[in-house]
Amino acid sequence: MSRHKLVKALDLDEELDDFDGGAESDYGEEVGAEDKEQLRLGTAKVRAVLGPEVSITDKEIEDSLWHYYYDVDKTVNYLLGQRTNSQTPKKTKKQNMDAEVKKPDAPFSIADFFSDSPWLNIPEDRRGEILIEPLYPRGKLLGGTSNPDGAPKSKLAALAAARKKKENQRVEDGQNATSSVALLDKLGHKPRQAKSDNALNLSNPKPSSAITEQTVNEQPRKYSRRKSKGLESPQNDQPVKEGFIRSHSLASPDIEKKPEITPTAGPSVFARTIFGAPTVSQQHDIQTSNRYVLAPDTHAEFDFTGPSPDDIVTKAQNTKGPTKKSHKQPPQPSSGDKSVNAVVQGVGDVTIEEHKVRGKTLDVVAEFERSKPKNAANFVVIGHVDAGKSTLMGRLLYDLNVVDQRTLDKYRKEAERIGKASFALAWVLDQGTEERSRGVTIDIAMNKFETESTSFTILDAPGHRDFIPNMIAGASQADFAVLVIDASTGNFESGLKGQTKEHALLVRSMGVQRIVIAVNKLDTVQWSQDRFDEIFQQVSAFLTSAGFLAKNLAFVPCAGLTGDNIVRKVDHPQASWYTGAPLISLLESSEPITRALEKPLRMTVDDIFRGGVQNPLSVSGRLDAGNVQIGDAVVMMPASQTASIKDLEVDSEPAEWAVAGQNVILHLADIEAKYLKSGDVVCAPSAPIPCITSFIVKILAFEHITPMHCEVHKGRLHAPGRITKLVSQLDKASGAAVKGKKPRMIKPGSVARVVVEVDEQVPLEQGGRVILRAGGETIGAGLVE
Amino acid sequence: MRLVKQAIDRDGSGTITLFPEDPEDMWFTYNLIRPSDLLRASALRRITTESATGSTSSTRVHINLLIRVEKLDFDTQSSQLHVSGCIIEETKYTKVGQWHTLDLELNRNFTLEKKDGWDSVARNLVKEACDPAKQADVWAVIMQEGLAHLAVLTGQRTVLRQKVEMTVPKKRGTGKQGDHDKALEKFFQTTLDTLLRHIDLGSNLPILLASPGFVAQAFLKFILETATRTGNKPLIGQKGNFVVVHAASGYLHSLNEVLQSPEVLARLKDTKYARETRLMDTFMSLLYKDDGRAAYGPREVEQAVEKGAVGRGGGILLISDSLFRAQDVGTRRRWVGLVDRVRETEGGEVRLLSGTHESGRQLEGLGGVAAMLTFPLEYLDGDEEEEDESALPKRETNGEKT
Repeated sequence: MSRHKLVKALDLDEELDDFDGGAESDYGEEVGAEDKEQLRLGTAKVRAVLGPEVSITDKEIEDSLWHYYYDVDKTVNYLLGQRTNSQTPKKTKKQNMDAEVKKPDAPFSIADFFSDSPWLNIPEDRRGEILIEPLYPRGKLLGGTSNPDGAPKSKLAALAAARKKKENQRVEDGQNATSSVALLDKLGHKPRQAKSDNALNLSNPKPSSAITEQTVNEQPRKYSRRKSKGLESPQNDQPVKEGFIRSHSLASPDIEKKPEITPTAGPSVFARTIFGAPTVSQQHDIQTSNRYVLAPDTHAEFDFTGPSPDDIVTKAQNTKGPTKKSHKQPPQPSSGDKSVNAVVQGVGDVTIEEHKVRGKTLDVVAEFERSKPKNAANFVVIGHVDAGKSTLMGRLLYDLNVVDQRTLDKYRKEAERIGKASFALAWVLDQGTEERSRGVTIDIAMNKFETESTSFTILDAPGHRDFIPNMIAGASQADFAVLVIDASTGNFESGLKGQTKEHALLVRSMGVQRIVIAVNKLDTVQWSQDRFDEIFQQVSAFLTSAGFLAKNLAFVPCAGLTGDNIVRKVDHPQASWYTGAPLISLLESSEPITRALEKPLRMTVDDIFRGGVQNPLSVSGRLDAGNVQIGDAVVMMPASQTASIKDLEVDSEPAEWAVAGQNVILHLADIEAKYLKSGDVVCAPSAPIPCITSFIVKILAFEHITPMHCEVHKGRLHAPGRITKLVSQLDKASGAAVKGKKPRMIKPGSVARVVVEVDEQVPLEQGGRVILRAGGETIGAGLVE
Repeated sequence: MRLVKQAIDRDGSGTITLFPEDPEDMWFTYNLIRPSDLLRASALRRITTESATGSTSSTRVHINLLIRVEKLDFDTQSSQLHVSGCIIEETKYTKVGQWHTLDLELNRNFTLEKKDGWDSVARNLVKEACDPAKQADVWAVIMQEGLAHLAVLTGQRTVLRQKVEMTVPKKRGTGKQGDHDKALEKFFQTTLDTLLRHIDLGSNLPILLASPGFVAQAFLKFILETATRTGNKPLIGQKGNFVVVHAASGYLHSLNEVLQSPEVLARLKDTKYARETRLMDTFMSLLYKDDGRAAYGPREVEQAVEKGAVGRGGGILLISDSLFRAQDVGTRRRWVGLVDRVRETEGGEVRLLSGTHESGRQLEGLGGVAAMLTFPLEYLDGDEEEEDESALPKRETNGEKT
């Protein structure tokens, strides 16, 4: 990731919030019983030490104790010091910070700076500071601010500047403390830091180490108390947490390298380990000649080697360590080597953490098996135009309470207004303006409903012959089919010649095995059993001849408009002859279908649309094979463009992964809409689907086939092409090529092998089921070889 | 095209001078000129002269050049014909053996001499080209949701002028219909804009709008609404020229169906393409009957002709004009021989179908040649067909490039 991105990713508002307000925000919350007891005891001790003449409230004592982890001595020192000073050092610092954030360009006040210093015996390091500080505004010019009169800087600049100042102050405070502990004790100036540094110095007398350790301790407080609590959990030696804390010290060397650091405070052990031992001259350079350059540079350099503050915050929030005892454990001073190791380890941990933000690399198949999904089935509703497919499905959804009464009443009213009252139920699925005004389904409508055992997706296909391409698209996503037949006189007969036949053949050739035949509109023939039987005879004869097995056929008489025998059983006296189950039970008896979850990803794009403000480009479809998850890279064929999956939805619900058989919406990133069209295939980059212009198909002819122009359909994909060659006629039973001369023409109903050429490359692979159409008729369907 | 001068001997040798008048004539010319023919036409040639001092000066001169044709290049979109070849007659500026590409221009004579003489097909072509009865052009917009093909049908060919392809989101649940409607409107707008860019509204040509479903109707409604809204008078004036027809798909080959529709036939009864389409249709239905009275493919048809099945009393030979465009003289001669034989010896009918019309393409799919026979024939083995078919010229794809 480039540094610019990191800068962009920095949430300034949050940074600033944390900066000035967070320090005290949740101070003292979640005080456990144990803590309370210790506090009580501590307070008593402190009181005893202070004596009665000192008027300090219990609250103050408790607070201080809390600060010093029940260290009575320190607390006493602090409280005394506090009484000596009119302001608490903490407050001063906070005010300074506020002032710096708000008015970052306010000239450095020397008076302020020396408010805590003795008049004489100014430590050397501080003298150095004086010389440097006033130069800052000049340095800024190089940082890009063109405003000479010190107009407000950018937030980032302000933040960085403020931080730097704070850091300086800390460093300098720390040094002051280390050099003059006694003095501090006397004056009670900033006892907290002094004490802690003192403690640190005992174990590691090097001043530089003290600085580093202090930074470690101080850094989290920059963000918020809560976070530091989470961090300083009892198991401080836990690799991740420790690493995290240490990682700040990785960030801090940057700060420490700043010119403000005097040579007396040499680089820390960490810094030396990481950057190598600096020579004195280098340091000198930094201090003198390069300071103008470096001062503004620190804005950019700050922190970027480590995780961004946001990451740290997130990480800290995610770390659900026990917060109760967090304050009890003072940070463990550790030897230089150890902490170096910890830093390295911490850096490693953090880096890994960063990579994990994107893409979870789940084992999707395992996830899927673990999720124990409900049976899911897609079924396509087919039949001749006006057989009542949409109405039947509308009724089904209404009776299952997927559609509420109010919506339906609204539809009814609107339908009546345009004189199509009987279409109200169909409007549940026919959402298109054109569809409604014409009273005919044009495109596939997808709807979902669930029964106790299965969750179904309805694909309501258009019956009109002009929209068979859409029907093909729907049927290609179906596991089984519901064939709706209009039982009324004359309509059944015309339907059988028309799309009843064509649809049935199409779904069969697309691999649908099971078909439920809903003999609709039986109410118009007074639930005549004769009529039902007649239809049963003819349709089952036809379907068996089309290659459906008799056991895979189920007939049910019903009436979509009235809702008889759809969800509830028919109670019409004339229909008493029917003893079977209603339509819904027949749907439920469908068997779950096993899918190719492990195969390379394949999804035919059904639709391309704008998925919302967040997702400018989304595609929908059904996963034909394989699985997919958020963060995956995919290839769109035939454009051969890669895209990444930003987000995905399964059945319109947000999800992290999807497997074959599910209806998904993929929200894509890193691709432009111009590369996509419906019918494209989303593939795994490792195994993209081949794009071809010529292929051999074994087809079952529906019509006469000669070398001719045709359209090739596969799901949503359709491409103009032509049959260029009739290779051989095949024996229907054995599949072997019929010996003899080359066929001149393939008659309807026979099987043949033909060569098809398409004008543009189409994504097709072996075993793909294609439909060939010409002149508005399906001429054949078959398998790509 | 005007025939300016014809000097053909009985043996077929001789020259013809022609005067092309409209772009369509260029197409005829393209079909007429074959490599190794002699072509004389006016040319604009840049002459570079070098002075004694070595400085060069170039001038453009109009000269009449006689070239031996090597290569023809026809631009379907702009109907321009470029003929390149070797100069065989010395002029003031050029030497024999230099190369030149003649850009045949409208309203400028050219003279053509055939290397192998003027055969019947070529002579018929000239006759047909010079037929003064002009055939009206027709515009056709074949569309489906998100896809439109704009084509112009002239007497001789179908030229795809523009393809419009856009993604139209499908319907998706309540409240999201807006996307679809908006995208569809945008698609209509783009198609209309494209159409207006190509079409000359003043020419008053019929415009066929063909689609499956209701797309064409919706498009017509959109056109009229837009015309009214924007006050586009010429477009409103075209109202009567729009014909909405049903088509099975938005692809160009649906034109076949369009041209057979009663609405179109009523308007364009006797146009060449309507005739050709009807002819192909008759042939296909004869073929589907499978009674042995339909033959297709070079080998098969030749055998049928040999057996005298394509003769008097209903024998019709359908042959695509692209076969005569063969580079190879032998191949051309073979087809010319076949045509001559049917026409003169057998007494059957010969119909030349334009390879760029959809019907012609359909015929090309069948091998470029088909015949309706007077009596059923059992065919011999078609083993040799494969090589015959591969010898066929590739079908014209120029028109599809844009």
